[in-house]
Amino acid sequence: MKDQAVLHRDPAWRTRVTWAAIFIVLLYPLLAGAEFKPWLLFDAQSLRAAGMFLLDFLVPATDPEFLAMVLRETWQTVAIATAGLTLALLVAIPATFVITERLSISRLGTGRVHPFAALVRQGLRWILMILRSVPELVWALLFVRIVGLGPTAGVLAIALSYSGMLAKVYAEILESSDAHATDVLLANGSGRLPALLYGALPDSSAELVSYTVYRWECAIRGSAVMGFVGAGGLGQRLDESTKMMAGGEVATMLIMFVLLVAAADLVSKLLRRRLG
Amino acid sequence: MKQSTQLQAAPPAPPRDLTSWLILLGLLALVVASFASLPLQWSAFFTAEAVDSAREFLAGFAPPETSTPFLMKTLGALWETLAMSAIGTLLAAIVGLPLALAGAGRLGRAARAATRLVLNVLRSIPELVWAAVLLVLAGLGPMAGTMALAAHTAGVLGRLFADALENVEPHAEETLRTNGARPLAAFLYATLPQALPQMLSYTLYRWENNIRAAAVLGVVGAGGLGQMLKYHLSLFQMPSAATVVIAMLVLVALVDAASYALRRALTR
Repeated sequence: MKDQAVLHRDPAWRTRVTWAAIFIVLLYPLLAGAEFKPWLLFDAQSLRAAGMFLLDFLVPATDPEFLAMVLRETWQTVAIATAGLTLALLVAIPATFVITERLSISRLGTGRVHPFAALVRQGLRWILMILRSVPELVWALLFVRIVGLGPTAGVLAIALSYSGMLAKVYAEILESSDAHATDVLLANGSGRLPALLYGALPDSSAELVSYTVYRWECAIRGSAVMGFVGAGGLGQRLDESTKMMAGGEVATMLIMFVLLVAAADLVSKLLRRRLG
Repeated sequence: MKQSTQLQAAPPAPPRDLTSWLILLGLLALVVASFASLPLQWSAFFTAEAVDSAREFLAGFAPPETSTPFLMKTLGALWETLAMSAIGTLLAAIVGLPLALAGAGRLGRAARAATRLVLNVLRSIPELVWAAVLLVLAGLGPMAGTMALAAHTAGVLGRLFADALENVEPHAEETLRTNGARPLAAFLYATLPQALPQMLSYTLYRWENNIRAAAVLGVVGAGGLGQMLKYHLSLFQMPSAATVVIAMLVLVALVDAASYALRRALTR
């Protein structure tokens, strides 16, 4: 019993106990707010339902017709993300062109931007901020109400929220590149577009491309999730199967989902290494 | 003649790689195939009557509902959202720590690989999908949302904690062990204190993310502001829905501001 010879008391026990007490006092209202009652999971009725679902879950559904449907919906998820991102680019690129202060011509010489130009720029920035701060899922929910169930709502939701995000980040990337080339071009009378194309773009194109590809990957994840509010793709089928308690179908689609995310991750990594 | 010498002086265009063209072509094909294969209803969206009905729909949102009982209800849902995110993150940290111990290779190499696989699966299924599946087990309400947040975040935190533990300098723990400390004591007094600040900051960061996620998680029925939004939208009570959306935006803005202020205070 050599190692029990001297047992030192924890020198910091007083602070530890105090913090633990404060923590527990704060924890109670949070637990009440989240209606956290784990014992409800274990009452007989829900246990039976859960048991059936989980048993079913262990055997993924594999009949060919269902698998073909899952593949079709998976493609639709990718297509919604791609189409949404393409539309977002159609909005984001012109918006970037407007809000990038680096490309301001009135700023030349005086260093002060013309008040009207500043107003337009700031106004557009606010619009983009609203577009991106409403979560894409909420956009999807709204569009499902306007255009009905189906992929159109998903495409529009991605287009709106991603255009706000892309334009902001594009402008930031362009602003953080070396200002010299753009300034010289503008000062020597070049237009805004050539100044962007030949001055700012070569320096930051790799970063822009890699960010876009990363966002495409996010859009695939987002479009799968948006199906849950009825915006088409894998999510919508997953939602339906869950509501019918078809555990086997849910298992197959979850596996498909994990594979899809992993594949998008891999493609995005390869593309970014190739283009970045 | 003068022009041709100028042309000669221009540097040759950089050579284009064939694979770059192939990648661009592939991307173009992907975009075209996407638009072609989706049953999109552009006509339904850009005709005059569709624009009118959309405008009517959007006009229904103003003005937002501001009666006191409804505001109190929204505040309640706001608190529920916060509570879901906090408890979900806490549960995730509690579950994530033992998983991280295995994931950091403390229980052998096979356990490390297996745990990392489990963590990857937990992590690659988004909160919302977890919530939809857990609704079957836990029923409608914030409990399913809390567990969904916990499941996804446990995957994220487990992985981050495992990396943090692996990156700790092993010297201190080894010294305690060779001097006769028990394994648990050596871990608690040597390795954990080194990794703890980083683990805490990861947890706080995920909590911030989870507040944002919890706000929308309810659209599948898992409690909080999202459930309220879904409910009022499906009854076409637009002013109420507008209030809930504003509450979401305010919550996210407050979290952003708080996190920014905290980060500045901590890094200064």
